[in-house]
Amino acid sequence: MAASSLSFSPKTITSSPRPKTNPFINHFSHSLQFPIASSTSRAIFTSPTTSIVPRASSVISRATNDAASTNTNTFHGLCYVVGDNIDTDQIIPAEYLTLVPSKPEEYEKLGTYALIGLPSTYTTRFIDENETKTKYKIVIGGDNFGCGSSREHAPVALGAAGVAAVVAESYARIFFRNSVATGEIYPLESEGRLCEECRTGDVVTIEMAESRLINHTTGKEYKLKPIGDAGPVIDAGGIFAYARKTGMIPSQN
Amino acid sequence: MTLTEKILARASEKPQLFPGENAWVSVDILMTHDICGPGSFGIFKKEFGSNAKVWDREKIVIIPEHYIFTSDERANRNVGILRDFCTEQNIKYFYDITDLGNFRANPDYKGVCHVALAQEGHCRPGEVLLGTDSYTCTAGAFGQFATGIGITDAGFLLGTGKTLLKVPPTLRFVLEGEMPDYLLAKDLILQIIGEISVAGAAYKSMEFTGTTVESLSMEERMTLCNMVIEAGAKNGVVPADTTTFNYLEDKTSLPYEPVYSDEQARFLSEYRFDVSKLEPLVAKPHSPDNRALARECKDVKIDRVYIGSCTGGKTEDFLAAARVFLASVRATFIVMAKRLKVPTFLVPATQKVWMGLYTLPVPGSGGKTCSQIFEEVGCDTPASPSCGACMGGPLDTYARLNEPKVCVSTTNRNFPGRMGHKEGQIYLASPYTAAASALTGYVTDPREFLR
Repeated sequence: MAASSLSFSPKTITSSPRPKTNPFINHFSHSLQFPIASSTSRAIFTSPTTSIVPRASSVISRATNDAASTNTNTFHGLCYVVGDNIDTDQIIPAEYLTLVPSKPEEYEKLGTYALIGLPSTYTTRFIDENETKTKYKIVIGGDNFGCGSSREHAPVALGAAGVAAVVAESYARIFFRNSVATGEIYPLESEGRLCEECRTGDVVTIEMAESRLINHTTGKEYKLKPIGDAGPVIDAGGIFAYARKTGMIPSQN
Repeated sequence: MTLTEKILARASEKPQLFPGENAWVSVDILMTHDICGPGSFGIFKKEFGSNAKVWDREKIVIIPEHYIFTSDERANRNVGILRDFCTEQNIKYFYDITDLGNFRANPDYKGVCHVALAQEGHCRPGEVLLGTDSYTCTAGAFGQFATGIGITDAGFLLGTGKTLLKVPPTLRFVLEGEMPDYLLAKDLILQIIGEISVAGAAYKSMEFTGTTVESLSMEERMTLCNMVIEAGAKNGVVPADTTTFNYLEDKTSLPYEPVYSDEQARFLSEYRFDVSKLEPLVAKPHSPDNRALARECKDVKIDRVYIGSCTGGKTEDFLAAARVFLASVRATFIVMAKRLKVPTFLVPATQKVWMGLYTLPVPGSGGKTCSQIFEEVGCDTPASPSCGACMGGPLDTYARLNEPKVCVSTTNRNFPGRMGHKEGQIYLASPYTAAASALTGYVTDPREFLR
């Protein structure tokens, strides 16, 4: 492409030496301007007062909340198994997107529609009739889970329905990011194709510290990929809670 | 560095960035709409305080467009939430609609956000545009970094103007050869997605270059970039050139600086296509990578045709459909009257597109407009501009697939239930193929008419 002949020449990125400090925290605290309202500005440098409650509801043991420590969460319950390319229209169809997740009663309502878009080939309902929550704490999927739209309603609906973790071979990018940002569910990756190893209704345990999934129904164990830095963010309850907890942004009154 | 790496480096004030690095990126435009705006505002208020102010009232663009022409109370309420927030925050670019009975009574109303962003001059080379919609990647057509985000990320951005982004590696697609006059950009992107699969570009950037891409109009480049999300990509880009600058000339007065991939830029891999050898394509149900030649599906009987959305509801998409309808007359020497075999629904993306249907002459028609041709062949009257039935939406949405019908559509997704009914079957196709299929009642290769 003859860029040089055009009136807009490509910008050369000037290389300015930057001090080698912790880029994450420094950049955050020095260059972000937070629009803190006057009523809360006094509280900027006080210690965190917000209690950090994990959204994932089925955590049965939690050794520590220290963001830097190894994640020792364990999830135990029934699993619901789906296939490849479960897109966000299947997780939460567009007709329910008028529900606003930040409104508590609409958040709950979103949960009641989780996975309602699955085709009729799925003969077992994810949420039983007349129930508002699912009895399946863990969803097991194949490749590219959560592909499609950017609707954050998707991880929210799963979390609100009572799902603690999804275990899939791989994730669509925006779904993964939304899961972490909201802290709604743990998007865990399996090393093998667990959606062909497990069946809906199997009893499973996920041990985060061991990066392991145990299927008690079949007696088999499977390796999971470590969740890495995303784990502490979800533990805290999402990016805002994590950022406050670690001092990246001021705590709220 | 690649084009995408350079934009992110500039936006994060770093001399250099490599794929895999995380960078705090300043955003030039944040877009949200009636589906995700209310949630984003809710998170913004909860996290930054009820009296908090947005980081920059001139860099936020708010576009009601998804669920507008519906009696759904919650959908109507959500547009009201947008209005209240924009008034309170004095948001400069809010494209409001108050009279739902007649969109033309709302001069500010635009329609589908990705097309409106381009038409209103918010897409500029070298900048960063984030939006709460997966098709935000459409703006990559302008040599811009553009990608979709969730409402929590948007809530954070509203307060700070920054977000943490991981730099994606880039796949390069070199499209060369003369584009046959029966193909459109939709065929090119369906070809590519069919090649690399719906997860083939997951977490990656897709850069489109080559003589064919250079020959494409802005609207066609938008079609190309629109569907990169269907390959899982983080973003898609077309390097800016004179076509870009000419398009922008009367749309923005803000200065912008395009960037381009270096000669030595590292691409994860490169794919080359000889476009002159390609044929019209469809994506069969229920996945955008379920590619087939249109002519291979000639026995698929269809119930309806849908022309609309950010992908296939732009001015040139309707001109393309009109061209096929005109050609069908020439082929048979029969008057046009009501020749369509199936109901054909038209949903212009924006008010400007709608206006064009009634004013722009279709080349070779002796001065007829698209709307005249559509009426003569028996299309449904063009509907009010919005996302329409592309994603189903509330039950009373125009042209929604409320029954398990077979639809040829110029939209972008054909997942189960996407346009409404879970057992509905959607064949994604170009406007040429959609129009040809409307004429026969079967999935039809447009060469049947464009000879």
